[in-house]
Amino acid sequence: MKSNSIYFRAGSATLQSIPILVLAAASVSLFLFALDFSPFAIIRAMAAGSLTSWLKFSQLLSIWVPLLLCSCGLLFTFKAGLWNIGIEGQVVMGAIAATTILRLNPTSLPPVFTIIVAMLAACVGGSLWGLLVGILKNRGGVNEIFGGLGLNFVAQGIILYLIFGPWKRAGIASMSGTDIFARDLWLPMPVGWRVAPAALVTAVCAFALTWLLLSHTRFGLRVKAVGLNPEVSRLFHINPDRYGLFAIMVGGALAGLAGGLQVTGVYHRLIPAISSGYGYLGLLVVMLANYKSLPVPLITLFFAWLAAGSIQLPIMLQIDSSLSGVIQGACVLSALLVHGLRKQRKG
Amino acid sequence: MIQLVNIYKTFGKVKALQGVNLHVRPGSIHGIIGENGAGKSTLMKILTGFIARTSGSILLDEQDVDLKTPESARKLGIGMLYQEPLDFPKLSVLDNFMAAAADTNPQRQAEIINHLSNKFGFTLDLSARQGKLTVGERQQVELMRLIRDQCRILILDEPTTGISGEQQKLLFSTLGRLRDEGKAIILVSHKLAEIHSLCDRVTILRHGKPAGEQEKPFDEEKLLQAMFATLPTKSSRPPGRTTGKPILTMEEVSTTVGRVGLDRINTTIYEGEIIGLAGLDGSGQSIFLQMAYGLLSPEQGRINLPVADNEDVMRVFLPADRLRKGLIAGLTVREHQLLAGAAPFFIHTGSGRLRTEQAIATFSIVGTPDTTTEDLSGGNQQRLLLSLIPPGARLILLEHPTRGLDLQSGQWTWQYLRSHLPDNGAIIFASPELEDIMEQADRVLVFYNGAIILDRPTDKTGYREVSRAITGRV
Amino acid sequence: MDISPGIFLAGIVASAAPLVLAALGETLTEKAGVINLSLDGAILLSAMTGFVVAARTGSPAVGFISAAGTGMLVALILVVVSIYLGQSQVAVGFALTFLCRDLAYFLGAPFARTAGPQLSIVPVPILSDLPVIGPLFFQHSLIVYTSFAAIPLLWFFMYRTPQGLILRCVGENPEGCWARGIRPRKIQTMYTLLGGALIGLSGAAFSLAIKPGWGRPQGCEGMGWIALALVIFGGWHPLRVAFGAYLFGFLQMGGILLQDVFPAIPAPIFQVAPFPLMIFTLVLVHLGRNNTGRKRLLLRLLSGDPPDALGKNYRQA
Repeated sequence: MKSNSIYFRAGSATLQSIPILVLAAASVSLFLFALDFSPFAIIRAMAAGSLTSWLKFSQLLSIWVPLLLCSCGLLFTFKAGLWNIGIEGQVVMGAIAATTILRLNPTSLPPVFTIIVAMLAACVGGSLWGLLVGILKNRGGVNEIFGGLGLNFVAQGIILYLIFGPWKRAGIASMSGTDIFARDLWLPMPVGWRVAPAALVTAVCAFALTWLLLSHTRFGLRVKAVGLNPEVSRLFHINPDRYGLFAIMVGGALAGLAGGLQVTGVYHRLIPAISSGYGYLGLLVVMLANYKSLPVPLITLFFAWLAAGSIQLPIMLQIDSSLSGVIQGACVLSALLVHGLRKQRKG
Repeated sequence: MIQLVNIYKTFGKVKALQGVNLHVRPGSIHGIIGENGAGKSTLMKILTGFIARTSGSILLDEQDVDLKTPESARKLGIGMLYQEPLDFPKLSVLDNFMAAAADTNPQRQAEIINHLSNKFGFTLDLSARQGKLTVGERQQVELMRLIRDQCRILILDEPTTGISGEQQKLLFSTLGRLRDEGKAIILVSHKLAEIHSLCDRVTILRHGKPAGEQEKPFDEEKLLQAMFATLPTKSSRPPGRTTGKPILTMEEVSTTVGRVGLDRINTTIYEGEIIGLAGLDGSGQSIFLQMAYGLLSPEQGRINLPVADNEDVMRVFLPADRLRKGLIAGLTVREHQLLAGAAPFFIHTGSGRLRTEQAIATFSIVGTPDTTTEDLSGGNQQRLLLSLIPPGARLILLEHPTRGLDLQSGQWTWQYLRSHLPDNGAIIFASPELEDIMEQADRVLVFYNGAIILDRPTDKTGYREVSRAITGRV
Repeated sequence: MDISPGIFLAGIVASAAPLVLAALGETLTEKAGVINLSLDGAILLSAMTGFVVAARTGSPAVGFISAAGTGMLVALILVVVSIYLGQSQVAVGFALTFLCRDLAYFLGAPFARTAGPQLSIVPVPILSDLPVIGPLFFQHSLIVYTSFAAIPLLWFFMYRTPQGLILRCVGENPEGCWARGIRPRKIQTMYTLLGGALIGLSGAAFSLAIKPGWGRPQGCEGMGWIALALVIFGGWHPLRVAFGAYLFGFLQMGGILLQDVFPAIPAPIFQVAPFPLMIFTLVLVHLGRNNTGRKRLLLRLLSGDPPDALGKNYRQA
């Protein structure tokens, strides 16, 4: 039957998302009209701020990279039926792990090698932090939402301690972060770029890998089975606890990688707000994608455009940049509403 | 007092009730009997407003009444003791008694409950958590609540399941007193003993239709006949298989899981055997199968698989609730095949397709490899489950293997199971259909209140003995 | 800095007031079987509403009322999309958390760092002159008194009134309630809205009394998560939930004190530390539930079981 071809499914998914977009756009526009703002002026300003030159667009891509990585990580945990709120902490721990390696900076080794090791460390850091959430859930019966939330706060405590304690800048400790790394430990960035090509490639590969693992491997299928019905997955000789752990560790690794790339590719140092809330934003992305992989790159790009474009709003239109968050939230809520109405109509 | 006229109820395509009539008089106990799926529970839920009837009318004191919600049933004085207590286990007995009462003065309510307890001879600690009570005691609390609410019509759904003999006696004497006080009592049961000792009149339901009515004294033979329809004397059972070594043994296996749990089960299943588990739903068959599969562990006793070299591959379990307990809703037919078989690490759109297409053809599954299981019909879900049984399976556990299947599919299912069972394998299945068991099984185990009360080769017993055992008579 | 024990304790009691209100609001909601996860955003949004309305009207009272209304509105969205349209309460709560947060920053941006009214301290005559107890309990603003009153009131309501009994029943077994002629979804809606109102008051308590003013950050960020954790920590019991809120207040005030004792440790750590500490306590309580022996007994006193129907949307027949 043709109706199951990938094109057909992509087409029908697109059709299904139209009411969501219309609802979100209509409600946000109405909201803006009510506040006497012109949505069109805002879109124009946001486009001007992010799409008019490669420099601006590469700025957008620099947001897209960590957001895509976090969303990929969350795809794993959502597929396994877990609410991985701990992702913020996993990003932070990834960043800390990477910084540890980068600060060691063994001069005997080529910098490229150091960076690669640092990124691997970031994966391990995020992964272990995720593992903790999983262990708390499996062994201690602590709901992953609260375990993750707690570990986010702990990670925040650790990063502050490091920045204000052992890793403080020569002389002064401040919220601006640690000392900047040696230049050869930065991810190389061509002139006129705001995003390191290596980071871009990593993110695209990570997505490809996520999609491959989730949709085209036995592992992905088992994770999906566990997420849909843990009890029945036992009948298929799958241990749901173990696959939950696998999922959260892979998810944590991707989140950690996002943190690592922020450190070496964007800030070139460790700062307290290293995660920039991309983990939480990723939750919204995957919810809007209805927990499916394929729409994620597009949605992350859209969210990244909102985030990048809104930076211009205060300057150009005296509108607060948090408008991007409002739009993102409105999209997700519209999606939930539309899905709910569909469910209601089906009975 | 209350009269149900020509009641119909359909759930989608399923006709649960077809033209049921019932007339219950005040000061009497009216029994409703029937085997599984006869429509007893549905009828009672209609009477309590829990679900709405499709057509037919309900007359209370010759007045047409509109029972659409439990609220309206309550106002009309209709109250029900549900089989699974619908109470609040974490709240105290007194709180349970008071919940949603018209008067909620704790002192007055405590007095009422103490007064009623004394009257009926119950002993209850009002401050205890409801959940700590036995099923019988929880029932007592609920019963007193209904009496306090001036219920004129009391409905009891299998009230003696899982309660002690002592509590049963107490319950019976209470029901006797309530009858004498002029209440109309409806007793849903499958136990002939209690029908005999309690009821004044009994209505038999079969497959959603009325199948007879009797006044006291009852003719047991006729009751059984009406419940189980025609009792064929001869079965067309295929010849028994040669049996080999023990494949599963249970020694003194007990548990308290489920309403009746399991009560000291001793049995040995041999290679080559096909075992049928009979009994009313919830008498322990399902727990027995879950134990045999290893989903539950016994609280007491031992389970052995003497010939097991690889426990994972050896056993397979096909639960009754196929969509929620046996298959994974949201995954496709092909994905199920991949999960069940030895899938390669990388899966592409072609992986498992051949196997799936073969399964679809062999098992005549109406669907494509990419149909998700929730979109399959019940029969096709069962055929998919059958197709997932690994070739090496030696202990096949099935719950209601032919439920929802038409006659042909049912026969086909059995043919398949028989022809694919290795000589050193065994099948254990639970079925609500006595015909199924008598026709397919080599040996029947009848469950009653969590215990095996009859264990016979099917050629050494008959419908009569088994159906009597199901109703508690051995 | 030299702080007398009296002022220190009074500081705890006052600073915990919004947390008490939010956690009690969530307790009420969860007791009815509904998780309102939007707390962190809802508090911020109502803090903004409360501040802006109070600044515009000059009346903190109107500010508080509008904040309560905001909290109810957020709760209403949750009710409609989850309870009535069957979407996951967790998912809707999350989406609302972030939507409300950014909505608060967006709508409040023009009012950031502007002057606004603030609740004044209203000492209770005579009682406030008592030694120790006076400054501790009787020299506060009205919202702090409200938080005091809310604790026993809510306890009384939940455990000593017929409506409270029905509330608990719905959270435990909606089907059992339906069989008794109660409409579970109506009850759930009612208490989710009422809980939302308390959460809204909590927001205004921040912006009009405890951390007066509006800005980004306001200072109440993260408090919603703590309030959610407190409900679990307090075992869904209003008295223990409130106790947890004061414990958190103690950790926060303690942090400020210790900051002076250990100048070597950077200040932000003391600001963040109460959060992980609080969550750790929660985790300990949770772990205690699965342990056996004496430790378990002790921890059992601290913990309770969640309502059985918590987070499950009840589908009425």
